[in-house]
Amino acid sequence: MTRSLESLESHRSPQSLAPLESSPATSPQTMAAPAAPEVAVRCRGLVKRYGEVVAVDGLDLEVRRGECFGLLGPNGAGKTTTLEILEGLTVPDAGEVEVLGFAWGKGNQALRQRLGLALQETQLSPKLTVLETLRLFRSFYIRGRRPEEVMRRLALDEKRDAPVGKLSGGQKQRLAVACALVGDPELLFLDEPTTGLDPQSRLQLWEQVTDFRGAGGTVALTTHYMEEAERLCDRVAIVDHGRVIALGTPAELIASLHAADVVEFASEPELPRESLLHLEGVREVRRRGANWSLAVGSLIAGVPALLAAVERSGARLVHLSTHRATLEDVFVALTGRALREE
Amino acid sequence: MSDRPSPLWQLTLSRFREFVREPEALFWVFAFPLLLAVALGLAFRDKAPDRIPIGLVAGAGADRAAAALGRSPVLMVRTMSPGEAREALRTGKISLLIESGTPWIFQFDQTRPDSRIARLEAEDALQRAAGRHDAIAIRSDLVTEKGSRYIDFLIPGLVGMNLMGTGIWSLAFGITTARQKQLLKRLVATPMRRSHYLLAQVLGRLVFLLPEIVILVGVGWLVFGVAVRGSLWLLLVTSLVGAMTFCGLGLLIASRARTIEGASGLANLVMLPMWLLSGVFFSSERFPERVQPVVRALPLTALNDALRGVITEGWSPAAVAAKLAIVAAWGLASFLVALRIFRWR
Repeated sequence: MTRSLESLESHRSPQSLAPLESSPATSPQTMAAPAAPEVAVRCRGLVKRYGEVVAVDGLDLEVRRGECFGLLGPNGAGKTTTLEILEGLTVPDAGEVEVLGFAWGKGNQALRQRLGLALQETQLSPKLTVLETLRLFRSFYIRGRRPEEVMRRLALDEKRDAPVGKLSGGQKQRLAVACALVGDPELLFLDEPTTGLDPQSRLQLWEQVTDFRGAGGTVALTTHYMEEAERLCDRVAIVDHGRVIALGTPAELIASLHAADVVEFASEPELPRESLLHLEGVREVRRRGANWSLAVGSLIAGVPALLAAVERSGARLVHLSTHRATLEDVFVALTGRALREE
Repeated sequence: MSDRPSPLWQLTLSRFREFVREPEALFWVFAFPLLLAVALGLAFRDKAPDRIPIGLVAGAGADRAAAALGRSPVLMVRTMSPGEAREALRTGKISLLIESGTPWIFQFDQTRPDSRIARLEAEDALQRAAGRHDAIAIRSDLVTEKGSRYIDFLIPGLVGMNLMGTGIWSLAFGITTARQKQLLKRLVATPMRRSHYLLAQVLGRLVFLLPEIVILVGVGWLVFGVAVRGSLWLLLVTSLVGAMTFCGLGLLIASRARTIEGASGLANLVMLPMWLLSGVFFSSERFPERVQPVVRALPLTALNDALRGVITEGWSPAAVAAKLAIVAAWGLASFLVALRIFRWR
């Protein structure tokens, strides 16, 4: 094992089970970034069509070595297609791909020795047990980790002899990631690794990704959970309709809103939009269900101004809440739509 | 790392495990041919030939005629009214209808072999009863030699059928399932060598070859006394060539099929004609001369011929090799085409 990995106990520490909402967006680890960061994955002008549908529409991106890079976007934005092109599983209609300095085509097996991946829904043989599956995957790699160790790290110990077909969704997903890690990869591709998982499984997976990246590995993942992108990713590309519409660290993307906080409120009767636009510090006004959502530069200036406006109009406040701006707000500001349409 | 397990071994082991954890598959490979052998063996076991039922119209002289006919070991006589007799003949309950008189009248359908036998037997019995003398003496020596019974024909045919079924199903189903359920997609995303995957599918099937042969041939020997006259090694080589060939055909069926339904349709299309034409349950010689070139070119026909040659006739390796060449040619061609057109996604 070349990577030092923390003990299992740390994954179950009460701290890591804290509610997701209370943890602020983790800033990207301040590692000594080299002046010209080496590129792990690069693609230019990717296009992929399925009949009339353009899934990927001229997409460019670069993943640097040692970072965790996230593709954030709604369902159908082209994230999975993009990732599968990068993984060499789908051939693009146009564009160039370079992974660890190689193009897909010849010498694939040598390149695959250095990659680990979990598909959006990784399917594994339902009749094999967890340990048998990991041993099978381990056998494909020249160097790799011990299946038992990977199994323990993903908390699949108790299920070692259970057939894959009998695992829960969360356990299956953890096994998919275990199969990705058992070859001790340099570069890890994860396609929506935590979609549909319970909070505990999600935290366990986040720990694994963080550890992997902390040990020098490179990660490219897709997600439609902004919390996931904010917590895990050093840089995020926001993808919509098969293109990258914004790129940067989560902090940079949020800062680009020039509105650090969001105030949501509702009143009776409702205030007209125009009266809100002119309030001090308000950058943007949007409908959000029954509420108005105001992007404000500062709560200290924005909230009193709002309360005064409500007071002046003689309306009654029925709802008021605030939150720090998130990547969700960035997506909404860029597209006018929510990431996840509920 | 030095403790790296062999991928080919792991893949084969996985295939083997998937198989043995599928009880239905085990039934079709082991229990089904055995049940078939026992059922058919019982149905066609050696026994005295049935008597042929004939009808005699009641009337003058009928009683004496009935006594004369009753002495024949081949005939079973019933006396009946004219209407009853005609009805019985029409519906096939009797093979021959006899009316006494001058002349005696025999009614029968001459396309029915048993009717023709009944006619000869009945005439013989009546003529003798009326005082005819035989001009020459004849003695019948009855033969029941092992090797010429139906079960002797059947066992090698069942071995061939089983080699075909197991090879085609295990490859065609195993691979198509893996493709349809996207297991193949995940495997292709690893550095796994594709030749290892395909080879493991074949090896995973060949593991069952020995028990399969031993059970079928063993039961044939112990229960029905069907002995293997040729060399057991030759039997094993013949079976191995047959098994490999049908693995090739299974692979060919699986090479493009996207769904299990598609693969099973193709598998049936390939196997059904051979069940009928290739001499599993009855000799392929029964088909007209014009279609014989086609029938003889089928891999199962050649394999069944080779298996019968080894088991019931004790052929030499050279004689078996001629048949196996046809079998192997099919296998080789299937593998080559399958590998060229195989769809990995």
